[in-house]
Amino acid sequence: MMSAMNATYEDALALARRSVSDVRYPVVKTYTLDPIWVLYDRVLRIDPQRPDHPARDRFLLSKGHGPSAFYAVLAAKGFFPETWLDSIADVDSRLGSHPDRTLVPGAEISAGSLGHGLPLGVGLALGLRAKGYDSQVYVLVGDAELDEGSNHEAIAYAGATGLANLHVIVADNDSASHGWPGGVASRFSVNGWAASTVDSTDHDALHASLTEPHPDGPRATVAVTRR
Amino acid sequence: MTTEPKTMREAWTEHTSALLDVNPFLALVLADISDDYFTEAAAKHPGRVVNVGIREQLLVGTAGGLALAGLRPMAHTYAPFLVERAFEQVKLDFGHQGTSGVLVSVGASYDWAEGSFTHFSPRDVALFDTLPGWRVFVPGHADEVPALLDSAVDSTEGAYVRLSLRHNAAAHAGADGDLVVLREGSRATVIAVGPLLDNTLAATEGLDVTVAYTNTPRPLDTAGLRDLASRTGNTVVLVEPYLEGTSAAVASEALADRPLRLLSVGVGRAELRRYGTAADHEHLHGLDAQGIAARLKAFL
Repeated sequence: MMSAMNATYEDALALARRSVSDVRYPVVKTYTLDPIWVLYDRVLRIDPQRPDHPARDRFLLSKGHGPSAFYAVLAAKGFFPETWLDSIADVDSRLGSHPDRTLVPGAEISAGSLGHGLPLGVGLALGLRAKGYDSQVYVLVGDAELDEGSNHEAIAYAGATGLANLHVIVADNDSASHGWPGGVASRFSVNGWAASTVDSTDHDALHASLTEPHPDGPRATVAVTRR
Repeated sequence: MTTEPKTMREAWTEHTSALLDVNPFLALVLADISDDYFTEAAAKHPGRVVNVGIREQLLVGTAGGLALAGLRPMAHTYAPFLVERAFEQVKLDFGHQGTSGVLVSVGASYDWAEGSFTHFSPRDVALFDTLPGWRVFVPGHADEVPALLDSAVDSTEGAYVRLSLRHNAAAHAGADGDLVVLREGSRATVIAVGPLLDNTLAATEGLDVTVAYTNTPRPLDTAGLRDLASRTGNTVVLVEPYLEGTSAAVASEALADRPLRLLSVGVGRAELRRYGTAADHEHLHGLDAQGIAARLKAFL
């Protein structure tokens, strides 16, 4: 067993492969592992020992499908025991094929129905700002999840109002049925967001984009994967 | 010169603006509707009064996110857009997250008759019955609104506050949810919800029935209902300003151990494709005094 203090990406990858969460998705969906790992390892101000600290940064896994990577990172970082990964989606398990925030330590939202995380993230960013916290809100969506119109309500509003404590990561594995001609990032930049597109396997590039200051408005990182 | 009585929307605006001044955890989310009522409050509390534009999914999702941040969110727009268009957000962005919020609508079942079907929301209360944990307030007068808002805001439960331009001549209840008995009789217990009380009182003039009022259909005062029904032969009439039969299941369950005789009076399902006034639609649905009286007499 690894220690949460010195867990590595390889440890998290091994945990993700251990936790095939849904027999309907036999291929382990670990392409979101890169950005989630970089966030929890190098970006987010979250203490697994105090997961309810009101001024913590928030990570919202909007794309609740295939949460193996998310669960693996939470386990690697010590939010819950690794052994929980061995019974995912069993009737008594706290870990399901879609995360439930009332059951999973460290999960900020209950997800599964696409298109809810970004509007929730807008409200969370507004609320944390209203409470005087400098917390950052990171929302991970899939490129196909962007099909849901609710995302575009949020993208337009957050850009127009300069919601600078909001950051979206788009896990782009080119799975949107009708694609995004001109690129996913353009949907954000045209609405006033700062946006970068990076290779999701390049953790330094991910880190640079996720920590690039954006004082005047929200920021999007499109993490492209060919996996 | 006569002064127009204060509308429920005006009462809500005034009281919510006052609550925003004293409650640092209250946040109001708008979607353009009623934005002009809150110009002053938005200037005073720019971080806690936000208008997301004509975006109802974002309206409710943002309110859910504010709740996750530890604030008490209140979201508002026209009833069909708040409850029906964004119903999955209502379902998933509060209770499923382990949080709650306050939703305040205007429009009710046929307030803007000229606008017709797109702006009618007779189904809203029935939809809340499909979800756990929501209280539903249907004030019958502007003066009932402040206490109901206090109860909704000062709570960890979800609350839906259904404002209407239809109203009774006077306020009749506070926010304790108890049925208020206005007339006593022996042949039936007639429960009138919110703005339909005055029509119900007029319809029951001279009839030997009990008339009781509530502005809190959820949770319905079932203890009070059982008590009143026991004195009227377990014959009950529900008069509701939204979809007919909405509370029939609640009444049936409350009186499951007795031979209940129940009449539901409310807004019909049919799309009438008519314009006119709200009073016209009250008549078309049989919810004016004449219509309610006819239903009652046939039932009794």
